[in-house]
Amino acid sequence: MKLPQLSVFLENRPGSLAEPLKTLATAGINLVSISLADTEQFGILRLVLKEWQQAKAALEKDGWVVNVSDVVAIDVPDEPGGLVTMLETLAQAGINIEYMYAFCLRRNGRAVLIFRFEDPDAAMAVLNRENLGVVTDSELF
Amino acid sequence: MRARMEADTGIQAFDIYGLSEIIGPGVASECTEHDGLHVFEDHFLPEIIDPESGEPLPDGEEGELVLTTLSKKAMPMIRYRTRDITAILREPCGCGRTIRRIRRIGRRSDDMFIIRGVNVYPSQVEAALLNVEGTLPHYQIILSREQGLDQMSVEVEVTPEVFSDKVRALEEVRTRLAQAIEHILGIRVGLRLVGPHAIPRSEGKAKRVIDKRNES
Ligand SMILES: [Zn+2]
Repeated sequence: MKLPQLSVFLENRPGSLAEPLKTLATAGINLVSISLADTEQFGILRLVLKEWQQAKAALEKDGWVVNVSDVVAIDVPDEPGGLVTMLETLAQAGINIEYMYAFCLRRNGRAVLIFRFEDPDAAMAVLNRENLGVVTDSELF
Repeated sequence: MRARMEADTGIQAFDIYGLSEIIGPGVASECTEHDGLHVFEDHFLPEIIDPESGEPLPDGEEGELVLTTLSKKAMPMIRYRTRDITAILREPCGCGRTIRRIRRIGRRSDDMFIIRGVNVYPSQVEAALLNVEGTLPHYQIILSREQGLDQMSVEVEVTPEVFSDKVRALEEVRTRLAQAIEHILGIRVGLRLVGPHAIPRSEGKAKRVIDKRNES
């Protein structure tokens, strides 16, 4: 299933990462996953969390610009080549990946990855058809 | 700049004032006293007004220069607002001329600045930002000097409307904003996306232009 991911605009300067995280800490919200994309000028903090609506409200109240986008959590065998099979399947189906990052979770010999697809529904249709492990939110949170 | 040019070339510089809407250069000019510019009052009627209220101000007070042409035939101008801030000096001049002078123009009522010989109004930058974003974001123009060259950069606060989780999409926004400004001004500008409320506001209104060209 699709998961909501929050993105927060950060300026590329010391301390800018800690500030929004402090907002979430104060609101008592725990992170499930965190990833940071950065350029010379700015960064984009990407967060997956269970109470995403509360997190978004808290961040916006503190003046942060927040974007919500759908991502897909997929688990692959935690072994060499575990990711390759799935990537090849997606490539053959013509599914575009905007970006991806590793989820900080390993379980039952499998590793969880987060994917931002151009078309998440099309991606999930392919993954489900091929029985490649799309992870549900109840498994993550 | 002026002193350096005079020293380097041995040529005396004379300020000449004019507007293309009136006749171009030649509305007023410095004499050898270099103490204000004599207005050619037989052809132009100068007045100073309060740029906020539009009320005329007495000689000697600083305000916006308003010009009426007295001899122009094809396209006369009546009380044309120049946006230039100055004062009318009526004291006799050391050169002996009795026509009134205006003080050398230091600034304009609408924050215009000159960069690399190009007159720039913040309203032009606003038009470009508005064009790309649909609404006007908070922004600030920063003028600096690098290796003897004037540089202009614009800081624009990121809004929820343009923010994306994708780096490429944000880079595109940045490029589109820079290109829109460059298209209007015809000069290269740097563009930096900054966080919300990164630009300081005073009395609810951000200071539009920070000129650092005379620093360092
Ligand atoms: Zn004189």
